[in-house]
Amino acid sequence: MTINHALYHYVRPEVVDKLTSDDLFKTLPSQATRYAYAEAILELGEKDPRIVVLDADVSKSIGTNKFAEKFPDRSFNFGIAEQNMMAAAAGMATTGLIPFASTYAVFASMRALDQVRNSIHYPHLNVKIAASHSGITPGPDGVTHQAQEDISIMRALAGSCVIAPADSPTTKQAVYAAAAYEGPVYLSFTRDPVPILFDESFPFEIGKAVTIRDGDDVAVIAMRDLVIQALIAAERLAQEEGIQARVIYCHTIKPLDTEAVLQAAQETGAVVVAENNVTFGGLGSAVAELLVANYPIPMRQIGVKDTFAESGPYLEVIHKYGLTAPHIANAVREVLAHKARFFKQPNLSAAIV
Amino acid sequence: MPASNSNHSKAPNGKMSIEDLQKMAVQVRLDIIHMIHKAKAGHPGGSLSAADIVTALYFRVMNIDPHNPDWPDRDRFILSKGHACPVWYAALAERGYFDKKHLDTLRRLNSILQGHADMKKTPGVDMTVGSLGQGLSAGVGMALAARVLKKDYHVWVVIGDGEAQEGAIWEAAMAGAKWKLDNLTVVVDNNGIQNDTFTDEVMPLGDLPAKWKAFGWHVMEIDGHDMAQIVPALEEAKTIKGIPTVIIAKTVKGKGVSFMENVPAWHGKAPNDEQAEIAISEIRRQLS
Ligand SMILES: Cc1ncc(C[n+]2csc(CCOP(=O)(O)OP(=O)(O)O)c2C)c(N)n1
Repeated sequence: MTINHALYHYVRPEVVDKLTSDDLFKTLPSQATRYAYAEAILELGEKDPRIVVLDADVSKSIGTNKFAEKFPDRSFNFGIAEQNMMAAAAGMATTGLIPFASTYAVFASMRALDQVRNSIHYPHLNVKIAASHSGITPGPDGVTHQAQEDISIMRALAGSCVIAPADSPTTKQAVYAAAAYEGPVYLSFTRDPVPILFDESFPFEIGKAVTIRDGDDVAVIAMRDLVIQALIAAERLAQEEGIQARVIYCHTIKPLDTEAVLQAAQETGAVVVAENNVTFGGLGSAVAELLVANYPIPMRQIGVKDTFAESGPYLEVIHKYGLTAPHIANAVREVLAHKARFFKQPNLSAAIV
Repeated sequence: MPASNSNHSKAPNGKMSIEDLQKMAVQVRLDIIHMIHKAKAGHPGGSLSAADIVTALYFRVMNIDPHNPDWPDRDRFILSKGHACPVWYAALAERGYFDKKHLDTLRRLNSILQGHADMKKTPGVDMTVGSLGQGLSAGVGMALAARVLKKDYHVWVVIGDGEAQEGAIWEAAMAGAKWKLDNLTVVVDNNGIQNDTFTDEVMPLGDLPAKWKAFGWHVMEIDGHDMAQIVPALEEAKTIKGIPTVIIAKTVKGKGVSFMENVPAWHGKAPNDEQAEIAISEIRRQLS
């Protein structure tokens, strides 16, 4: 069956063509988004002298060592001392500089959380937290390096802005947007390569979710590395079961694009949220909180359940922990069955609107 | 791993000679290269730099029973620089805690050998590690617990020099001195390199012996690759009363493999087939 390209928006045609093939991850051009961040910050450094980069001994692993080579006077390696780095970033921000504090997500969001909360978010200082190895994207390193909670934790901070881009081009856009935004921003990147889904024409705006595949049966809302999994699930469901899923790329978890989510909920009547993050407090929770108060329809969550994961190759680990396209497809089938029962209830429309 | 209820009062302890320890360290290094090569990922540099220290502990100094890894009276060991766990896994396998065939499964799905050591998955691993700067605090806790439980086990913690940049290391150092934890010994694997590059460039540690002294610790300095210095230092540490001991061991990151020695790039990179072969033949040569 041929793929209907007209349903897709902004997704590179080469990617759409590959959505049902098993070798997608092997054959599509891909890049770990941490490296896209490193490229973007290098370009930003050129344009804006207020940009400074702070590291905590993982500059080589993220690629910010290139910034250090090019702008030695605006680069500061604090060593293995993430807490010191975060509070120092806060201090720098008070002077009008724009610090990008870079480390792995576990350490950015958890080791240094008190500094991130009390010294950065409480005074709402203009610090950008660049967090690599987000979610379970570091596979082989194992649990201590897998930040399956970072999105939930960062979302809980008052006034926070949390962005989890799906690929390298939109990561670069996110970094530029974060630099232009006034206030703290948490940027979440992958350790492992993810396919390049979009190009520079993608309309990236903080807080604006984008429909990247049309469909009216169900809405699948996804972030970071599960956007590609949502696309795969949607195309397979269309081809094999005639189910048309709308796929929404929700790169900004906070502030949530409430308009886009509510519209999708109203037009499809069923929602699945897919995130490589725990199902407590992240994107799924944000959507659930919105729906329950405004339009309570059937919904399912794909995310890490109440468990830690383990070491293994990235794709194998996320599969074992229920985060890949087949799991999303199952959630879609489940939520559609629920939707069918749900909308049979008498006087329902009066009850939910 | 079943919890054990043994009434051993003393574990059967293999006390190796210096010469046998040197040979065992060679075997441990071979296992490290084999494991990381097979996994195609891991941290060879810091595993090799700690190989002699960890070998001396497991095959001579520590009071342990490999058949009874949960023995309540055992000495405790924490590799606080948890990324170097291949050296730990090698020593545990060679000491008989688990079958060596597991070494082939490092970092694979369903393996007992996680990318950073996991106490719930690997027999003999006394503390889960991987987030730097926490193992020493756990060691302080274990040493304090020995007092509460009236046990005379000793707690051994190996930390990295880069790791000593974490403020929590110094919080633990203060606590060790406050409670006069003479059942706690730290070995600093002082190889001068961390993830990004040389420690002196990233964040200089300054005068480490003076720092530990100022924190109230008994300080020894040794060559961390000379068994004839390592063993007496570890044994002396057990005899020091009233304060905790730190042994600052000068080491070479990547020790034993010429192209890895003192090269920051080998912090977290697996050797390819050809490099692994050269590494193994170089290490083997140290047997003769
Ligand atoms: C809290 C924390 N920050 C960062 C890291 C990432 N990391 C892993 S190893 C390493 C360098 C460790 O250097 P050192 O302690 O000197 O170990 P060695 O050189 O002996 O391998 C870093 C930064 C980590 N594991 N934990």
